[in-house]
Amino acid sequence: MHNKSVAELSRELESGKISSLELTQQFLDRIKSEDGQFNSFITVTEEQALADARSADEQRAAGKATPWTGVPFAHKDIFCTNGVRTTCGSKMLENFVPPYDATVTENFRRAGAVCVGKTNMDEFAMGSSNESSYFGAVTNPWGLNQDEKRVPGGSSGGSAAAVAARLVPAATATDTGGSIRQPAALCGITGLKPTYGRVSRYGMIAFASSLDQGGTMARTAEDNALMLNVMAGFDPKDSTSIDRDVPDYTATLNEPLKGLKIGLPREYFSDQLSPAMEQQVRNAVTEYEKLGATVKEVSLPNAKLAIAAYYVIAPAEASANLSRFDGARYGYRCEAPKDLMDMYTRTRAEGFGAEVKRRILVGTYALSAGYFDAYYLKAQKVRRLIQQDFINAFKEVDVLMSPTTPSPAFIQGEKTSDPVTMYLEDVFTIAINLAGVPAMSVPAGFVDGLPVGLQIIGDYFSEARLLNAAHQFQQVTDWHQREPQ
Amino acid sequence: MQWDVVIGLEIHVQLATKTKIFSGSSTAYGAEPNTQANAVDLAMPGTLPVPNEQAFRYAVMFGLAVNAEIERRSVFERKNYFYPDLPKGYQTTQLERPIVGPGYVDIDLANGESKRVRIHHAHLEEDAGKSLHEDFHGMTGIDLNRAGTPLIEVVTEPDMTNAEEAVAFAKKLHGIVTSLGICDGDMSQGSMRFDVNISLKPKGSETLGTRTETKNLNSFRFMEQAIAHEVERQMDILEDGGTIVQETLLYNGDRDESRSMRTKEEANDYRYFPCPDLLPVEIDEAFIEDARNRLPELPDARKARFMDQYGLNDYDAGLLAGDSKLAAFFEEAVSHGKDAKLTANWIQGELSARLNAEEKSVAESPITGAQLGYLVVRIADNTISSAGAKKVFEALWSGESDNVDAIIDAKGLKQMSDTGALESMVDEVLAGMPDQVAQYQNEEDPKKRKKMLGGFMGPLMKASKGQGNPKLFNEILVKKLGG
Repeated sequence: MHNKSVAELSRELESGKISSLELTQQFLDRIKSEDGQFNSFITVTEEQALADARSADEQRAAGKATPWTGVPFAHKDIFCTNGVRTTCGSKMLENFVPPYDATVTENFRRAGAVCVGKTNMDEFAMGSSNESSYFGAVTNPWGLNQDEKRVPGGSSGGSAAAVAARLVPAATATDTGGSIRQPAALCGITGLKPTYGRVSRYGMIAFASSLDQGGTMARTAEDNALMLNVMAGFDPKDSTSIDRDVPDYTATLNEPLKGLKIGLPREYFSDQLSPAMEQQVRNAVTEYEKLGATVKEVSLPNAKLAIAAYYVIAPAEASANLSRFDGARYGYRCEAPKDLMDMYTRTRAEGFGAEVKRRILVGTYALSAGYFDAYYLKAQKVRRLIQQDFINAFKEVDVLMSPTTPSPAFIQGEKTSDPVTMYLEDVFTIAINLAGVPAMSVPAGFVDGLPVGLQIIGDYFSEARLLNAAHQFQQVTDWHQREPQ
Repeated sequence: MQWDVVIGLEIHVQLATKTKIFSGSSTAYGAEPNTQANAVDLAMPGTLPVPNEQAFRYAVMFGLAVNAEIERRSVFERKNYFYPDLPKGYQTTQLERPIVGPGYVDIDLANGESKRVRIHHAHLEEDAGKSLHEDFHGMTGIDLNRAGTPLIEVVTEPDMTNAEEAVAFAKKLHGIVTSLGICDGDMSQGSMRFDVNISLKPKGSETLGTRTETKNLNSFRFMEQAIAHEVERQMDILEDGGTIVQETLLYNGDRDESRSMRTKEEANDYRYFPCPDLLPVEIDEAFIEDARNRLPELPDARKARFMDQYGLNDYDAGLLAGDSKLAAFFEEAVSHGKDAKLTANWIQGELSARLNAEEKSVAESPITGAQLGYLVVRIADNTISSAGAKKVFEALWSGESDNVDAIIDAKGLKQMSDTGALESMVDEVLAGMPDQVAQYQNEEDPKKRKKMLGGFMGPLMKASKGQGNPKLFNEILVKKLGG
C-alpha cells in the first residue's frame, strides 16, 4: 500500500478493500520502523491519527466521503495544528501548542484527510539542507547506499524525505525561496509552489510574508492536484490571499500538450550547471517536444540579481516577523531573567539557532537608518524588474523550464560552514518567489544515482497548466515512480 | 530677552469602532484583563491582520471634517521595537503614505479673533496594550485588551504660540471627533491623548529652536499646566545661556513636574518598512462620498446655527456648539424651555459648575436637558425666583424628584404674584418703617436710593414667607415710595 498514490489509495478506500484505520496503522508502523534513518518527523500523532481514521471510515460508510477521506498524509511543522504542538523546527517553539488551526490544516481536516504527524524542517524555514532544524538534520532517502549521507534539501526537507521514503503519500510544504521545489528535486518527488496568494498563509508561521507560499508535495502530479484542490482559495483571514475561483485541478490533467510553447531561460543554463545535470533536463525537454510542445530560448535578464535582492527582502521581513518570539507570552523563555532586557536577549540568544540569528541580523541591518534606501528600497526595485522579466517571458511562451537545482543532493555538512554557497542552492528557484508566479519541480532523471528535478514555471494562476504539463510528462516517464534503495 | 513660543501637537484619537483595527476582538473599555485579546492580538505564530473597514471610514470622515486631502492609496508600515505590551514586536502604523493628508482647523480665541491651525497629516495605527507595574510583586502584568484598538494620530504644524491656543485647538478637535461620533472623547479613559512639542526662539527669529516633546497629557488642564511648565523651564535655561536638549518628557500633573523619558541620542531606530501582511489601502471616490454623506453637523456649522436659530451671541454659541453632547443637552433643554439665553446661562452657570465640581461629563449629568428646560420655563413665567430655581436644581440633581412642578409644590417655592396681596404687604411693612421711608424720600442720589430699596426687601420677603415675587415687590415699592 505504501507505494500507492493518493489517487490510488482513495480508490482503494472507496472500494472497501481497506479501511482508513488499517491504512493509517500501516503508515504509522512504517514511520515507526523506518524514520529512525531519516528523522523526517518531529511529531507523530498516532492517537489522533487513529481517531481521525475511525471517523473517516464512518464518514465514508455514511456516504459522505471526499477523495481525501481517510487518506493519511503529513503537515510540515510550520502549519499550526489545534492541540498538536507546532515547532517550526525551533527550540523557541519546542513546546508550543497552538489553540487554532491554520487555514490549510482546517481545509484538510474538513476534507477528511488523516494527518499522521508533523514533518521536520529547517528552523523557521530558513535553510536549503534541513540541517538548521533544532530537531536534528533530515537524511535524504536517496544515496543511503553511498558512503556519505545526503541532505534532502530544505526547508521542507522532512516532508520531501517522508514522501520519497513512502512514509506518507503526500505532505504539505512551504516555499519562500525554493523550499518546496529544491527538496522535491533532491528527493525525487513532485512539488508545487502555487502563485503567491493562491493558498492562505493564516496559521502558517511566517518567515518572509511577501514571499511565503504554502504548497504541495507528493510523488505524482495528480496527487499534487488533489492537494491543491483542498488548499487553494481565498481566505478572509489572510488579506493577501486572492479572491479568485479555484478550478478542479484534476480536471485538466489529461489535456494534450500539443502546441505548448516552452521557453528555456538562457540564464538558467549557465556554467553553474553541471553538464550531467543539463543533459537530464534537456532530455526531459525532448520528451515534451515528442508530446507536441515547441521550444525556444528566452531571457530573464535580471535573474542574476535575484539572490542578492532575496537576501535583503526575506531577512528584512523575517527580522520583524520573528520579533514576537520574545519570551513574554508563549514559547521558550530563558531561566530566571534578571530584568526585561535580560529576558529578551537570553530568550532569543538561547531559543534561536545560528542561521535564524544570522538572518535576523542581516534583516535588521538592511532596515536600519542610513542603510534602508541602499538595501531594502534597492532590493524592492530589483524585485519589480524581475517580475517584469517573467511578465515579458510569458508574452512569448506558456511555460518556462529549467533545472530546479544546479546539482543533485549534496553531502550532509558539506555547505554548513559557508552560508553563501548554501544560498546558491536556490539560484534557479528564488526569482520565482520574488515574481510571485507558480512553479513545480518534477523528477526528470538521475545523476550519480541521485534524482534530478525539472523546474516548470508558469504565469500567475496557471497551476492547472503546470500540473497538466507535469502529469503528461509522468505518463511517458517513470522517474517519479523510482524508489530509493 | 523676549521669546516666541512655538507649539505643535500630536493627538492620539481612539476610534469608537466595535472591534479592533486588525482583529475581531471587542474594543469595549473596562473588561477583565486579557479577556478581549484573541490569537491575532496576542501575536500568536502564523496569525495575520485583517483590516477593519469602519476604522478607514472614520479616518476618512475625520479627514473631510478637517478640510484635508484623502490619500487614495495609503500604506501600513511596521514600526519595530521591543516592549512587553507590544505583542508583535512592532506597531502597525503609517508613515510615508498616511490616509489623511494636509488640512486645517480654525480656532476661536478669547480676544474674539479666529486662528487657523494647519494639520500636517493624520494616520491610522493600532494601540499597544498596557503594562501594569503595581500589584505584581516586582513583576509586570500585561493587559492586552487595548492592544489593536484603532487610533488616528493627528499631527499639526507648529502653528500655536501659547497654551491658550493649544488648548483651544485641543478642545476644538475634541468637539470635532465627538461630533463625528468617531471617538467617545473620554479623556480620563485615554480616548484622546495629547503630546505637545514645544520650542522657544528669540522674538521675531525665523529659526526654530530645539524642541522637546511632552507625552501623554490626558486632560486640557494638564495640557495647559504642562505647556506653562515647559515654557518656563526652557526660558530659564535659555536666559541662563544654556541649551535645550532634544528629549521626550513625561509630565506629572499632580506634582506639576516633568521628567525625561529619553533624549535624542537614546531614541530608537524604528526600522519602518511597509507591512507585507497588508495590501496598500485603496480608497475610492465612492467610499469618500459615502463618508461625506455620513458627516453630521460639525461644531463650526452648529455654532453658526445656534447664533442664527437661537439668537445666541458668539461666545455662548461657540461654547455650547463646541461639544456635541453639550450641544445636544442645550437643544433638548431649549426645546422645552424656549428662552435660549436663559437656558444657555443656566448650562454655563449652575450646571457646568456642578459638573466640574463632581468631575462629571455632561453625558453623566443627573439632570436631563428636558428637566432644565422645564426649570427655565418656570423661571421665565415668574413661577419661581432665581433663588427658588436653585433649590429646584438641587432637588433635581440629588434625585429627590424628577419633576420640576412637583418640587416647586413640595417645597412651597411658588412665588406670590397677586398684586393686591403684595401691595397690602408693602403698605404694612412701610408703615412699620417710617424712618427708613423718610430717609429714602430725602435722598437725592438715585444710586443710593436704589441701594436703600434693598433694605425693604428683607422684611418684605419675611412677611411673604419668602414667596413674594421680588420683581413685583420692587415695582410696587418704587411706586409707593414715589419713584
